Amino acid sequence: MISARGLRKSFGDFEAVKGIDVEVRRGEAFGFLGPNGAGKSSTMRMIASVSPVTSGELRILGMDPATDGPAIRGRLGVCPQEDTLDNELNVFDNLYIYGRYFGIDRATCRERARELLEFAQITEKARSKVEDLSGGMKRRLTIARSLINNPDLLLLDEPTTGLDPQARHVLWDQLFRLKQAGVTLVITTHYMDEAEQLCDRLVVMDKGVIAAEGSPRELIGAHSTREVAELRFGVGEHEALAGKVEDLGERVEVLPDRLLVYSDHGEDVVTAVLDRGLRPLATLVRRSTLEDVFLRLTGRTLAD
Amino acid sequence: MAITTRSSGATQDARPAGALSAWEGMARQYDYWLTVLKRTWRGGVVSSFLTPLLYVVAMGVLLGGFIEGDPDKLEGATSYLAFVVPGLVASHAMTIAVSESTYPVMGAIKWHKTFYAQLATPLAVRDLVNAFIGFVMFRVASACAVFMLVLAPFGVFTTWWGPILAWLSQVLVGFAFAALVFAYSARLRSEEGFGVLFRLGVIPLTLFSGAFFPIGNLGPVLEWVARLTPLWHGVSLSRMFCVGQVDWSLVLLHVVVLVTLTVVGWFLAVRNLDRRLEV
Repeated sequence: MISARGLRKSFGDFEAVKGIDVEVRRGEAFGFLGPNGAGKSSTMRMIASVSPVTSGELRILGMDPATDGPAIRGRLGVCPQEDTLDNELNVFDNLYIYGRYFGIDRATCRERARELLEFAQITEKARSKVEDLSGGMKRRLTIARSLINNPDLLLLDEPTTGLDPQARHVLWDQLFRLKQAGVTLVITTHYMDEAEQLCDRLVVMDKGVIAAEGSPRELIGAHSTREVAELRFGVGEHEALAGKVEDLGERVEVLPDRLLVYSDHGEDVVTAVLDRGLRPLATLVRRSTLEDVFLRLTGRTLAD
Repeated sequence: MAITTRSSGATQDARPAGALSAWEGMARQYDYWLTVLKRTWRGGVVSSFLTPLLYVVAMGVLLGGFIEGDPDKLEGATSYLAFVVPGLVASHAMTIAVSESTYPVMGAIKWHKTFYAQLATPLAVRDLVNAFIGFVMFRVASACAVFMLVLAPFGVFTTWWGPILAWLSQVLVGFAFAALVFAYSARLRSEEGFGVLFRLGVIPLTLFSGAFFPIGNLGPVLEWVARLTPLWHGVSLSRMFCVGQVDWSLVLLHVVVLVTLTVVGWFLAVRNLDRRLEV
């Protein structure tokens, strides 16, 4: 569906994407993870065939965006990071008018719009103005709009940013249903739980390059341990105590409020810590998550 | 030498795969612009028909009553009303075209992001410009047509065909300004630039392009400056047809100027919007 080789994007002197290779197969849910400024959105816009490739090769649905842009865009659904809904149109017209841009005839457009309102659970809002919708409803409408042309490939740029947990779960459920229906999904996100929920395969991007690639499980296996023991001591003690537990795990990370000991057997770490006479205020053993991988690969400092 | 082969075979058509014809690109946006029209026509009635009518009454009838209707001094018109009406309608065409191609263009780029949403579909920048200017021209053409019809009973037209050609001249004025101002607006980052456009562009053009008085009154230097303004070409064209004293070589010049400005404006509009929306 998507094939990129040495893909680059520059804006003047600034290189947003510095040569990435990506392969997305039919029917899979593929994720781009990364902190702000990692180059995810630039990559997405090139895939959406609205932003010209600076260099490298990009093929979408077997076509070259430089020459076949309109044909590619006709088969894509795009859910942009910033809502681009038409606030002056009502909810139904946002879908109907958008469908017309794809050359879908009026009767089919109306029918599709009604189906999608149902799918997005906003049927009762059909005649409302867009500005009266909640954030979650707007997002669902944007996704519904991106489906008006029955796309082969759906691009979602940070689909759940800014939504409350209920709204996120409704959206995840809908995306999962789309995936079941065979739609190929490409998602950017900086929510690790979202990536773990939705993505079959993902790449972690940092500063314009791909830092790691694989399924969520593979990435955890390759870049973290099975479990993490979190040890909380008094404020200011962590740095000094790190040396005393260093040998208990594969890696120890010192945070201002706790120590993280990466190990395949977290409970054993805690037992050993207690055996050494150390008395943490609190302990927690948890499974490694993509968040651990992400922070390992992209660092803990703020990106912007 | 690089040799490239294409599986689809060589074609003369340089258009990208799936690209729409200009007509198809506009047709797909018809429903969109129809909803815009349904939403905004009421305000349009006031600004397009009522305001100019007040001008005609105030300037043409009431003020014009003090002006001697000497055809030698009024470019062939037998009354000031007959003189001022064709110019007023032509400058009105400009005003509508400018106001419809300023804030709405910026809105579609910056505030509503309509253009970004439209570009994620098979539509191209060219299609957006065409449909946008098409809608502006619908506004201009309908407003000028109604205006001319309303004025018919006032006895300011000398032939039946004159007003029709005058109307076409006004449409040409609209095209030239819509395209040029679209190109300007597509580059603009903040709306302050529109204030400059209205104060230094639209108002001086309205006052000094021969709509209200013959540009001969300006003196030799300023008269030539006035002749270089696009609006004068439209005013002169519109007036020649209404008054019924047509110099066909002058007509040709006016039409060439206005069409050239439209074509140049259109290319600039597409280029500027393309650069602006590229991300």
